[in-house]
Amino acid sequence: MKPAKFDYVAPTTVDAAVEALVAANGEGKVLAGGQSLLPLLNFRMTRPGVLVDLNGIQGLSFIEPRGDRIAIGALTRHREIEQSPLIASKLPVMAAAMRHVAHLAIRNRGTIGGSLSHADPAAELPMLSLFYGAELSVQGPAGRRIVAAEDFFVDALTNCLEPEEIVVEIEFPMLAYDGWAFEEVARRFGDFALASIAVSVRRGSSTIDNVRIAVMGVADTPLRLKAVEGKFSGVSIDDRTPDRFSELVMSSVSANSDLHASSEYRQHLLGKLAARAMRTALTAKE
Amino acid sequence: MSAKISVIVNGEKYDVPGVEPRLLLSDFLRDTLGLTGTHVGCEHGVCGACTVLVNGDSVRSCLMFAIQVDGSEITTVEGLGTPEELNVLQAQFREHHGLQCGFCTPGMLMTGEDLLRKYPLATDEDIREGLSGNLCRCTGYQNIVAAIRSAATKRSEKAS
Repeated sequence: MKPAKFDYVAPTTVDAAVEALVAANGEGKVLAGGQSLLPLLNFRMTRPGVLVDLNGIQGLSFIEPRGDRIAIGALTRHREIEQSPLIASKLPVMAAAMRHVAHLAIRNRGTIGGSLSHADPAAELPMLSLFYGAELSVQGPAGRRIVAAEDFFVDALTNCLEPEEIVVEIEFPMLAYDGWAFEEVARRFGDFALASIAVSVRRGSSTIDNVRIAVMGVADTPLRLKAVEGKFSGVSIDDRTPDRFSELVMSSVSANSDLHASSEYRQHLLGKLAARAMRTALTAKE
Repeated sequence: MSAKISVIVNGEKYDVPGVEPRLLLSDFLRDTLGLTGTHVGCEHGVCGACTVLVNGDSVRSCLMFAIQVDGSEITTVEGLGTPEELNVLQAQFREHHGLQCGFCTPGMLMTGEDLLRKYPLATDEDIREGLSGNLCRCTGYQNIVAAIRSAATKRSEKAS
């Protein structure tokens, strides 16, 4: 038995789960898919007094269209998102990214609510929530509130939630685009990214109308590069466009060094991926 | 704090009282049920050696609590074939020398079973991507990929 002792509660409603967290008085921890939490428990890097297991709550696992958005329940497993025809047709950048999300056995268990809450700076779903401008619906003692993805990620492994709040569902706007790309490099396929970029482009015959960019692996949180988006709207398209884009992206981030890669390498990598992504996005696919 | 759980493991029903919430599924299978075919490597979800099937899906048994599988159906490596009659994938591991020390093999087999069911595995690249969550320190993976390739071919021959 690796983890330290804890009390275990398995509520069947979100209300009861919030009550359990309130009762735990700051000592509670939410268990969803467990694919990030269990390693921390096994190492005893975290020792919650109470584990509140959400897996018995019905109705938190779904993928459904809602107007011009796709709503995904917090307990939806990565594997279901990876395989969803709705995601493939309406959120194609997410569909492309899902095969990079860890490994099969992890995708079978891991959940979107868990991944967002864990807020790993090199995980795909937090970055995608920024890319799409997603809104998270969270429930706490005072009821539900909506949190924009751009307000959600505070620091590495840190979100903006109160200890008694739980992510319940996430809405992703369906973006209009003429082309898009998702690029990632990890040391081993499925591992956390050294660098990654998602790009979508709306274009005329010879100019870029607007572009949307999110990156990860190069800061303490994933980033949406709004400054680069601003500079790149309205530019004319020629052979040098991907390289100019690459330079702008590189100069807009200062990557971190860690034991996996130096700052210089991550920045270089992101630049290469940016050029490749822009090239792909400009080769419009219908 | 402990609970009684009921599980079906490899077709056999077990009712086990006194399960502590913090007992990992891997330790439950090995120490409580005595099914030591499931190997324990890193115990934090990196090596894949402890992979088992829970309700048909491959999961890392070191990243689940036993208490969470109450009412579930589990398949471990002991549930695949028998020493006298290996299943298709096991037979291909033998045929292609897909193991040396054997430590990673239970995880490789259980992951392989799930991959064969869920993905077309059209190319060796697909197999390598699928196996990227399982570490082997002996074979260099070539023979494991060959074994799964061969099992996939045999399955599609059987289906057609």
